[in-house]
Amino acid sequence: MAAVALTVNGKSVIADVDPRTLLVQLLREHLRLTGTHVGCDTSQCGACVVHIDGKAVKSCTVLAVQLEGADVLTIEGVAGDGPLHPMQEAFREHHGLQCGYCTPGMIMTAIDIVRRKGRDLDERTIREELEGNICRCTGYHNIVKAIAAGARAMPASAAAKAAE
Amino acid sequence: MSATGIGAAVRRKEDHRFITGKGHYTDDVSRPGQAAIYFIRSPHAHARINKIDTKATAGMPGVAAVFTGAQFAEDKLGGLICGWAVFSKDGSPMKAAPHPALAVGKANHVGDAVAVVIADTLAQAKDAAEKVVIDYEVLPAVVDPAKAAARGAPLIHEAAPNNTIYNWHLGDADATNAAIKNARHVTTLEFINNRLIPNAMEPRAALAEYDAGSGHLTLWNTSQNPHVARLVIAAFVGMAPEHKLRVIAPDVGGGFGSKIFIYPEEVVCLWAARKIGRPVKWTAERSESFVTDAHGRDHVSKAQIAFDADGKITALKVHTTANLGAYMSTFSSAVPTFLYAPLLSGQYDIPHIYCEVDAVYTNTVPVDAYRGAGRPEATFVVERLVEVGARELGVDPAELRRKNFVKSFPYQTAVASLYDAGDYNASLQKALQIHDYKGFGKRKRESERHGKLRGIGFATYIEACGVAPSALVGQLGAGVGLWESAEVRVNPTGSVEILTGSHAHGQGHETTFAQLVADRLGIPIEQVSIVHGDTDKVQFGMGTYGSRSGAVGMSAIAKALDKVEAKAKKIAAHLLEAAEADIVFKDGKFTVAGTDKSAAFGEVALGAYVAHKFPTSEIEPGLKEGAFYDPTNFTFPAGCHICEVEIDPDTGETAIVGWTAVDDFGVIINPMIVEGQVHGGVAQGVGQALLEHTVYDDKGQLITGSYMDYAMPRADNLPSFKVDTTVTKCPSNPLGIKGCGEAGAIAAPAAVMNAITNALGTEAIDMPATPQAVWAVLQKFGKAARAA
Repeated sequence: MAAVALTVNGKSVIADVDPRTLLVQLLREHLRLTGTHVGCDTSQCGACVVHIDGKAVKSCTVLAVQLEGADVLTIEGVAGDGPLHPMQEAFREHHGLQCGYCTPGMIMTAIDIVRRKGRDLDERTIREELEGNICRCTGYHNIVKAIAAGARAMPASAAAKAAE
Repeated sequence: MSATGIGAAVRRKEDHRFITGKGHYTDDVSRPGQAAIYFIRSPHAHARINKIDTKATAGMPGVAAVFTGAQFAEDKLGGLICGWAVFSKDGSPMKAAPHPALAVGKANHVGDAVAVVIADTLAQAKDAAEKVVIDYEVLPAVVDPAKAAARGAPLIHEAAPNNTIYNWHLGDADATNAAIKNARHVTTLEFINNRLIPNAMEPRAALAEYDAGSGHLTLWNTSQNPHVARLVIAAFVGMAPEHKLRVIAPDVGGGFGSKIFIYPEEVVCLWAARKIGRPVKWTAERSESFVTDAHGRDHVSKAQIAFDADGKITALKVHTTANLGAYMSTFSSAVPTFLYAPLLSGQYDIPHIYCEVDAVYTNTVPVDAYRGAGRPEATFVVERLVEVGARELGVDPAELRRKNFVKSFPYQTAVASLYDAGDYNASLQKALQIHDYKGFGKRKRESERHGKLRGIGFATYIEACGVAPSALVGQLGAGVGLWESAEVRVNPTGSVEILTGSHAHGQGHETTFAQLVADRLGIPIEQVSIVHGDTDKVQFGMGTYGSRSGAVGMSAIAKALDKVEAKAKKIAAHLLEAAEADIVFKDGKFTVAGTDKSAAFGEVALGAYVAHKFPTSEIEPGLKEGAFYDPTNFTFPAGCHICEVEIDPDTGETAIVGWTAVDDFGVIINPMIVEGQVHGGVAQGVGQALLEHTVYDDKGQLITGSYMDYAMPRADNLPSFKVDTTVTKCPSNPLGIKGCGEAGAIAAPAAVMNAITNALGTEAIDMPATPQAVWAVLQKFGKAARAA
């Protein structure tokens, strides 16, 4: 067993885990934060995407013990007890989900796309940036619309400086 | 139309929990004391299991139990079943081999479960599984159905000589052969309808718990039909009496058919939970899903279509070999027969049709229904034949279709289906216009200027869904009826709960079903909740598949609402001191005709439960009604999809540069949700046509065993879609709904392959038309093809 101390959704967490434990297992099984999902075992589907120190990372591909001192944000922490994030609202408004299983990972990825690419995202950029997120239900058409709308609705501070 | 009624694009009520990570999927559930179960699976496609030695697991950390197939067999439970009896041409029944939940004596496909390890954690179970030593005697395997049916092939099941399950047919062979013989032109094609892996994003899971005090078993399971699972596990497997087994299918992350079936895993979890006295939990890992979830499609066909001198179709004939895998899964026999052949008339008036289907066992994962289930296969046959026929006849493919459409209804096809209502030319013309079909030539020349090949392809499909009239499917061999149930519970405070036998795994029932209720009862949609997925709450239901929850599930609700309205009127009459015949119910109010005396729905609801103001010897207190609805026919959605592609000849890559879908789904409850279903269905059809390839080597190893090798469609493989509708009401259910869940997957593969073959100038390419496959065709046919 190995110990690790990190922050999850603003709360301090100290865990003692089998060193093989993946971050997604720490979240789902130890912390009972089941909003982050496992959809594959080859790191491709993106259902497990969270933010670590502000950046999107697939939590199935990180060992919990690698996260000493890290700041992790999961889908549960995006709105917390407050109002929904504009990206969450956009997914509902534009019917960007059906079964909901890929949705937390999609939303976490989408917020990170804005951080890196800005708030004015065209269709082609969004489709390329979603290479790491698989959806089987929606055919992506409405996910693309949702992300474009959610990005526009996010505050300027959420986006990187526009690329030159 | 109100903002929340029938026809409105109401935003979904269920979304809140999904967008905030508060969904409640099966793997999210944890029960006190639960143990993890790990299935040890055969690494061989065909092997005798000589010995399983579990000695080394004794005393390993956390291990609660290790069970083999032989130990499971000692308890003499029933095996898994196929619930649809299909008979061969000679009248003999299909050769259904036994399917034990854990293999005994012989493993028949890579992934066949042979033993289980149960431990405190999954890691401990896997560690112990590595210490289990299994002595397999590897046998020759066969994966190709033609080879499996041939003399000398390895025999998989004693019950099925030549590995043949049935030789089935439908239609008039003599008349069809004669028409082909006398035809002016005959188009002949051979097709492969490639095997697919459904890959819902949520892997299958089961959590079983036994209450020793009451003898009750509870199963949380990723099922599309929890009551059917309960019935099969109780009555056929014999796990427990039906009333002592509760099945809960909570939030389910996609199904597409793969979660209809009753699988070994949930059976073994239930058995093990009772044996060890702890809850037992299993969740598939994705590569485990690849070798356990029922696969889809896998047909090899040869087909002919005959035309007369005017380009009228006179006959269609097809022979199909269907690979059903190593065991017959729950629905498997019906997919290449009753869900396939009756659609071979397509949208056309075809006087003579004959179809033969040979179903075969192979050492591969069992095959069963997957989105479309038989209808994508039929549409592919018909729409490829018609498109190639048009090319060979030198006729415009849209015009050849239009000339041959069924124009008068009802229309009795030559393959049993009775088409009720439709206007196929309306969808075709609308699609041509939206797609700018006329502008294709100009777009093609523009592509050529950039060194690209552009092609356009049609699929004017029809399908049969809204399954199904119970007596009819019974005559065809189904073991169940396909009605649906609904209970409308009006609460004293006027809110309404609908208990539905349908199940939602992405379709948005919590919203669409509520729209129907809000519309009928004139109450706010926030006052309506939809309950589904728990056999302790909903008495019985047949579940969701076959695009049935609108046509059949909602019709059951409509019937129950009729009863609620009728009783409420009686009560309102007493409350308003008027004759029942004078009561009018509209917009949520009961009014005495010709007066301004009225009572709101909520008042009448409360009055029903307070029960002060009406004679309870004549009218029972309360306001709660149930209904079972049995459809009178299949429904027949139909439409026109147009696909336009641009191929890069240097890389073989196909880009879909335009997609138009005009579908007739009858009455639409929520157009936003219907469009979403079309988008998702088309995406899966495109996946089949361009990307998804299930590959077995000749030793039966699944080469495409994970997402590393099985290409799932991603956002940049797909365009945005143009989706529209035409409407002919469905005459066979009270709501006029045809259903929309599978149409995209049914139409898309034919549309894509028609477009690609149009661009390439050759028909000699099968699905998936990967860049490698397209590039190889271009190398082979080169300039000759491109000049066409």
